[in-house]
Amino acid sequence: MLESFQIIISLLDSTIRIATPLIFCAMAGIFSERSGIIDIGLEGKMLLSAFVAATATFLTGSPIFGLFAAILASCSASLIHGFACITNKGDQVISGLAINILASGLTITLGIALFSRGGQTPSLASEQRFMPIDFAFLDQLSFVPVLGELFVEVISGHNILVYLSVLAVFFTYYVIFKTRFGLRLRAVGEKPEAVDTAGISVIKMRYQSILIAGMLCGLAGAYLSIAHGAGFGREMSAGKGYIALAAMIFGKWNPIPTLFACLLFGFLEALGVRLEGVELIWIGEVPVQVMQALPYVLTVVLLAGFIGKARAPGAIGVPYSKEG
Amino acid sequence: MKNIENKGGNEAIASLPPSNKSAIELKNITKKFGYVVANSDVNLKVRTGTIHGIVGENGAGKSTLMNILFGLYKPDNGMIFLNGQAVDVNSPEKSIALGIGMVHQHFMLVPTFTVLENAMLGNEGSMLLKSGEKFVLERLKGLSNNYGLNVNFEAIISDTPVGMQQRVEILKALNRGAKILILDEPTGVLTPQETIGLFDILRSLREQGVTIILITHKLKEIMSITDTVSVMRGGKVVADFSTAETSPEELAENMVGRKVLLSIKKPTLKVGKPVLEVKNVSHESKDGVFVLKNISFDLKEGEILGIAGVAGNGQSELLDILSGIETLQRGQITINDKTILPHQDWNSKKAREFGIAHVPEDRHKRGLVLPFFNYENSILGYHGNEDYSNGLLMDKRKILNFVDDLVENFDVRPRSSSISSGKLSGGNQQKLVLAREIESSPNILLVGQPTRGVDIGAIERIYEDLMKLKSRGTAILLVSVELDEIMSLSDRIIVMNQGTIVGETSSSNATELEIGKMMSGLEQV
Repeated sequence: MLESFQIIISLLDSTIRIATPLIFCAMAGIFSERSGIIDIGLEGKMLLSAFVAATATFLTGSPIFGLFAAILASCSASLIHGFACITNKGDQVISGLAINILASGLTITLGIALFSRGGQTPSLASEQRFMPIDFAFLDQLSFVPVLGELFVEVISGHNILVYLSVLAVFFTYYVIFKTRFGLRLRAVGEKPEAVDTAGISVIKMRYQSILIAGMLCGLAGAYLSIAHGAGFGREMSAGKGYIALAAMIFGKWNPIPTLFACLLFGFLEALGVRLEGVELIWIGEVPVQVMQALPYVLTVVLLAGFIGKARAPGAIGVPYSKEG
Repeated sequence: MKNIENKGGNEAIASLPPSNKSAIELKNITKKFGYVVANSDVNLKVRTGTIHGIVGENGAGKSTLMNILFGLYKPDNGMIFLNGQAVDVNSPEKSIALGIGMVHQHFMLVPTFTVLENAMLGNEGSMLLKSGEKFVLERLKGLSNNYGLNVNFEAIISDTPVGMQQRVEILKALNRGAKILILDEPTGVLTPQETIGLFDILRSLREQGVTIILITHKLKEIMSITDTVSVMRGGKVVADFSTAETSPEELAENMVGRKVLLSIKKPTLKVGKPVLEVKNVSHESKDGVFVLKNISFDLKEGEILGIAGVAGNGQSELLDILSGIETLQRGQITINDKTILPHQDWNSKKAREFGIAHVPEDRHKRGLVLPFFNYENSILGYHGNEDYSNGLLMDKRKILNFVDDLVENFDVRPRSSSISSGKLSGGNQQKLVLAREIESSPNILLVGQPTRGVDIGAIERIYEDLMKLKSRGTAILLVSVELDEIMSLSDRIIVMNQGTIVGETSSSNATELEIGKMMSGLEQV
């Protein structure tokens, strides 16, 4: 009993760690796609900013500086995306893919050129990272059965970015649904003509949205390399951007359901790691690949009928043009 | 916080008494799109507090001109004066600030938003929605009472009828302090009753000093509501009239540039035996809604049966089933004594074999492949015909011979078989589709919206062709949202509302108001 409780606690703990970059990226996706811009480049922006965060932190010794550098890098990638598909009305999927390919190649090339470590950046010392924060009264609380332990092991003891990701969800929800900016952002993704004729610049709205998305992706990247990890490793985003995209669709472009989708996908991955090499009764050993595929399979299956139709923003993927 | 209403410019407009002062003056406006000249040297004056009509055929440049006034397009040349002052309207934001509001032909509403959210978009009153909402709602309610703009603020736009959507558009403009209101083809989607309601609103706006520009191709509306009217043709204003001193005939003549016959001579013809019998046909859409409920009627040789109704009341689905695009789910259809039962193999190829030809409602989606050449489009659907092939391959010479005659006989301009159909005007595209279907010598012709987006000259021609076909004994089923068209062409009219036939009448003793009532589902006959 006690042992299985420990297992659950540690599963939940790693769920949160795994879900954090997903949450940042999925919120970024919501900002971008709610404004009508498909953001398949979440993956690339995260990878790029992970690299830049690690490099800048290594060079300056300050994780804060690394974090801002990461955000800057990710926003630049967003601007490239915007220039291609907002200003020049290019295909959003192609542009996003290009960013992913660019990020994948650029990080390795620059990594080798700068550090000659096969694409990795040097390991960061613990004072160069965002380290876990322990909450107050931990010792007293740990005596409270179940709840106390939950608090100590699962809620407390993460780095600042983990808590920031939760804040990002509420930030996203609040901005999108409760502010004037959010109303216009949703309108621009549904029917840009309505926004344009209301005297609001569609182009400006969309650039603002993708810049916010860039910032959030920057946080995700920084989390990977200077908070959760201690340096950059090649391809370290490992498809998380795509999973975040799936989580966003799963959550129907709504922040709160998307948060839960991210947690679910995080949990599945944590479970996959946990079950590696473990013999299950009746089933036997589950191949790792099955667990890795689960988020995608789940998204397809659930979207196909269990949670109702996910309706994408009406004008998504369509460049806005007045004359035609 | 931006509160447009309190800007000085509007106050100046509001304080002007309705007089001979012009609210709007356009001077020498020219606008080109690539090589196409949409507006050429246009001059226009509209007096404050009046309703000014702009008529013209499709492509005459009416919408372009208004989009320039609203700041959506930048003119290549020319000046805009508001209340005698030169202004630079370079964006909708600017024009809104200057007190110009526009209700576009295709509504600029976000379908997933509520009425309130749509009405406040762009003038939300506050950074945060909640605090702005209260304030804006109060102002909107005031406007709504003031002008009889009845709306339900909580409803989601996609669930509301088009009439209400239009009122939301007007509210939206007024909420931003519009003193000049441009309406682009506002009645196209309305029932006659809704049109009357709209005109009442426009009159009360005029009484309170709002200047209104009404763009339309319906001459009757121009006559009934405007004070002055300008006619546009080929990108130019060709004539200005005071409405009281002109007539529909004169306007039509100026629109087309030659005399037009507005009335239709119906051949007197005895109708023959029924060729199409529809019995208890019902149809369930993918969403599980019954879009057709127990539809029964028959259609006889040499008869034109008109189906009136507001768009979206099952007419399209009925056409789809009869033309073989949709399978028959319930009921039965008898065509020339051959009966089709539910879930029987029924497709458009079969329909053609049974003698049914179909001019679809949406010629861009279903009537033509726009990038195809005229000669390809003219045999679309009949490409399997032996006349056009020689064994395995298409016989291009035979096709070209056929098409050269076709464009000649049906006056498709330009008379070329090798121009892509997308380059033709709406009217000529429609003539091409109609020509193709008539040339197949059908027993039954299904026609959907024959004159949608078609200019007057072409309309005249299309009506003529339909009448010729009728006198040959072909049975014609005519679906149209233009009530005038239904009334002047049909021998008999059935009215559809929410998937049922709510009334039937012969065209000679029908009045527009009666049919309008049936269309709105208020009255069952």
